Amino acid sequence: MKQKLAVPVLLFALLAVVMTLVQFEVIDLYIQTIILFIGINIIISSSLNLVNGHMGEFSCGHAGFIAVGAYVSSVLSVALFAQDRIFGAPLLPPQYTVYAFPVILVIGGLAAAFAGLLVALPSFRTRGDYLAIITIAANYIIITVIINIDKIGGARGFMGMKRVVFAMEDTAAIPWMVLWVFLFTILSIIAIRRFVSSTYGKGIIAIQQDEVAAEIMSVNTNKMKLIAFMLSSGLAGIAGGLYAHVIGYVNPKSFDILKSTEALVMVYLGGMGSITGSILSAVLFTLLLELLRPLQIIKWIVIPLLLIILMQFRPEGIMGNRELVDIFPKLKKFYRFK
Amino acid sequence: MLLEVKDLKVQYGNIAALHGIDFHVREGEIVTLIGANGAGKTTTLYTICRLPPPEAPKLVAGDILFRGQSIVKTEPHDIVRRLHIALVPEGRHIFGNLTVLENLKLATFARRDQEKINEDYERIFDLFPRLAERRRQRSELLSGGEQQMLAVGRALMSGCQFLMLDEPSMGLAPLLMYDMFRALKRLNEEGMTILLIEQNAHVALEFAHRGYLLETGNIVLAGTSRELMDTPEVHKAYLGG
Repeated sequence: MKQKLAVPVLLFALLAVVMTLVQFEVIDLYIQTIILFIGINIIISSSLNLVNGHMGEFSCGHAGFIAVGAYVSSVLSVALFAQDRIFGAPLLPPQYTVYAFPVILVIGGLAAAFAGLLVALPSFRTRGDYLAIITIAANYIIITVIINIDKIGGARGFMGMKRVVFAMEDTAAIPWMVLWVFLFTILSIIAIRRFVSSTYGKGIIAIQQDEVAAEIMSVNTNKMKLIAFMLSSGLAGIAGGLYAHVIGYVNPKSFDILKSTEALVMVYLGGMGSITGSILSAVLFTLLLELLRPLQIIKWIVIPLLLIILMQFRPEGIMGNRELVDIFPKLKKFYRFK
Repeated sequence: MLLEVKDLKVQYGNIAALHGIDFHVREGEIVTLIGANGAGKTTTLYTICRLPPPEAPKLVAGDILFRGQSIVKTEPHDIVRRLHIALVPEGRHIFGNLTVLENLKLATFARRDQEKINEDYERIFDLFPRLAERRRQRSELLSGGEQQMLAVGRALMSGCQFLMLDEPSMGLAPLLMYDMFRALKRLNEEGMTILLIEQNAHVALEFAHRGYLLETGNIVLAGTSRELMDTPEVHKAYLGG
């Protein structure tokens, strides 16, 4: 019993430490933002891993779904809680923000999942690499649609989310975004883990291995793929909502193919079909991006180069398709991954 | 009548693969479809399984009745789930980087009868003791014969009552092949209906009750195994002549 509690206690302690550090301004805003980005990137990479790793399809438009979640939740929260030129006076008093924010995030996620459904429905009817092409196209369509809706700022971007965050902090003076990012990261990982280790998840793994065999083993491959894709894009939407509120500003340009590529890099760096790999690579990749910031544009030569080197010497990624417990079996005492 | 195929015509694009074949399988029988390469044997099985294109070709005309009901509109997963038809595909299609046990477990995907599932594990390990020995091994590390056993075992784990096998003898040493057929014979004696596809007409006819000879999309000969065994057409098909 004591051992089962180890992981929750550890996570709670981590949350408490980070929140205290932020609360008493021991760490500055820059480091705080990096920590938050790590959390968001964990959601992004592990959710994309569900489709690209566990299911073995190839989706390259993850940023599109992040954008949907970011915009839907931003517009909702600004319309409800902030004074805005277009949406006018707040519809709800600011003390509700704390309760409404997670709901708004989930709505953003649902919107992204719906967008995922729209993309998946036509693309899963065909087989093979079509999903890659269709998702790239969908990524561009989503961005173009956003650019052309002037009400949400178009190409200028959309802001006002900071006021919502401030409203939360006015209600209770704790670093709310740290709490939300942490909470939703943990929830996403639990959701993905439970999904892939369930009977349903066995179906996903069957699809990845051999689709014909999966079908003759009574797996409804079409339905399965839709569910996995919707879960993946929905979680990406939640990550988008968090991102928008951490930065306080969203711009359609920040959700283009480069962002999708970042997500892909994280998946392949961590290892296809490994949740712990995705977490690890998200941490590494986020830190790497910040460490290489002084290099400016050269960063985008160094990082792809690192990827090439990785593919040369360890094509299966850091973890391969193994989890942490496969490498350190002693950890099984504390938690079970499969 | 368990399975009735009536005037089945199927095409890959514009190329006809089956020109209207008729055959049937009765409950408890072993029936074999024999024929040379390209005769349409695998196509027939895939069409019965309703696998989507490109695996299975388009059904142009005809009907497939299972227990008197048309299954032409049934989805492939429902073929396994509701009608309990299982296919052991050619080339085995096992899940390579899963263990033997995981492969078997995956086949129970749609089943909820846990007690019966446990019995089925026992039954399969009894039928193929090699699989029991290697249950924790990754299935791609098994030998060809063991992989074939696994493919059959996996099909059985789906809780099937009608088993279709696509060239189970392919790539097996004669000794292993006879082992396999002995196991299948035992299954049949326990009540399993079997539809077998074989190139090795001799072995297939020895094993089956009845057979059909398929030649470039047509059934040219039908009869009991004994009748078929001595016909010149079978000799010709068998030798590819």
